[in-house]
Amino acid sequence: MKRVKKAMFASGLLAFTLTLNPAAQADPDDDTLVIDGVEVITSAKGKEDGPLDELYSGWRFRSDETQSFQADDFENPAFVAIDQALEQFEVVEGAAGKACASCHEGGPEEFEGLRAALPRWNADTGKPETIQHIINECRTERMQAEPWKWEANEMLNMTALVGLQSRGMPVDVQTDGEMSPWYEKGKELYYTRVGQLDMSCANCHEDNYGNMIRADHLSQGQTNGFPVYRLKWAGLGSIHRRFKGCMSNIRAKPYKRGSDEFVALELYVASRGEGLAVETPAVRN
Amino acid sequence: MSLKTNFLPALLLAVMPTVAMAEAVAPDDVVFEDDVIVASLTGADGNAVNGRKVFANRKQGNCLACHINADLKEQLFHGEVGPPLDGVADRWEEPELRAIIVNSKIVLGDETIMPSFYRLKNGARTAEKFQGKTILSAEQVEDVIAYLRTLKE
Repeated sequence: MKRVKKAMFASGLLAFTLTLNPAAQADPDDDTLVIDGVEVITSAKGKEDGPLDELYSGWRFRSDETQSFQADDFENPAFVAIDQALEQFEVVEGAAGKACASCHEGGPEEFEGLRAALPRWNADTGKPETIQHIINECRTERMQAEPWKWEANEMLNMTALVGLQSRGMPVDVQTDGEMSPWYEKGKELYYTRVGQLDMSCANCHEDNYGNMIRADHLSQGQTNGFPVYRLKWAGLGSIHRRFKGCMSNIRAKPYKRGSDEFVALELYVASRGEGLAVETPAVRN
Repeated sequence: MSLKTNFLPALLLAVMPTVAMAEAVAPDDVVFEDDVIVASLTGADGNAVNGRKVFANRKQGNCLACHINADLKEQLFHGEVGPPLDGVADRWEEPELRAIIVNSKIVLGDETIMPSFYRLKNGARTAEKFQGKTILSAEQVEDVIAYLRTLKE
């Protein structure tokens, strides 16, 4: 029903969109993402009982120009961060006199698959952990160094490097067992209308993906490319930064980076994208 | 200096409108009858010229975020989340337009994405800056209605 409505709507608008909306297109495009000769899938079937029939990476909603940045690691501006993180990986910091590489002798490659499974359950803290939690636990426990701020360059760079090791692997997170209440909390947040403009995540990213909201082509709000290099930010940003931006736009008071609410939301949104490939570090506008 | 201060109230009185405007109806006191609002929120007709500005202003109506409107074709990028508003005055009566803008949910249902522009009870966690405030003032709502009434095909 929704699809038919959308299609009718789109054809009715074509005459206007052509003149008023140079970038308009009603649906994700059909482009294929190939990086260094390897295809990275950008769509997948949604789960049987899930809210989306077809999953699309945000890459499919971006212009050809933005897409092309991500299709070549030499063009991808996030790879400056990857290089910096590779250097940082070797830097000894903290009272224990260790670098990342002191324990992770196999290099960043040891983290293959990790990003695809996050957030995951941490039995010690009794909470889910994100990539930021994992990195900071290493820093404070093993290195006895100061933790990095959630949105610090060092943290963004390192999350990009660790995430890159899972590029192409399907997102697959635990949502049952201990994770179940967090999943439910995230789902509740996803569908809660917030702010003076009174919108939920679902209003835009479930009901209206593919439509233009002013100059922006609404995506499904998938998180498989984070941290992403956002042209608007001229740098990398975390999932929680993006959540905050959305909430501010709706004139709501955002939750804090690393808050239980955003961790729960990160888990739920990740679960909505299960089957999509990790694209870290993706490029968006 | 003190002379000037003394003159200020008198000056202000002089520039105040001579015709007393009826006080705008408060958001919680707006009366819906059969999903429409018959009476102007201000008791007066809106100003279509200003309504066009409120419609386009990103910090006010920001209507182009979601609606195509050929009358504003000088503005690039019109959204397509809601229906195009060309000829909207042919499809909706003024009391209906007023109801949709004041509280879209009453007319279009609870699931609509459209904000309610003259309602205090909105989503959870409204930012402090916007708490206890409507998106548009009563005057701005009436101005937008006056503008929409010019959109005929």
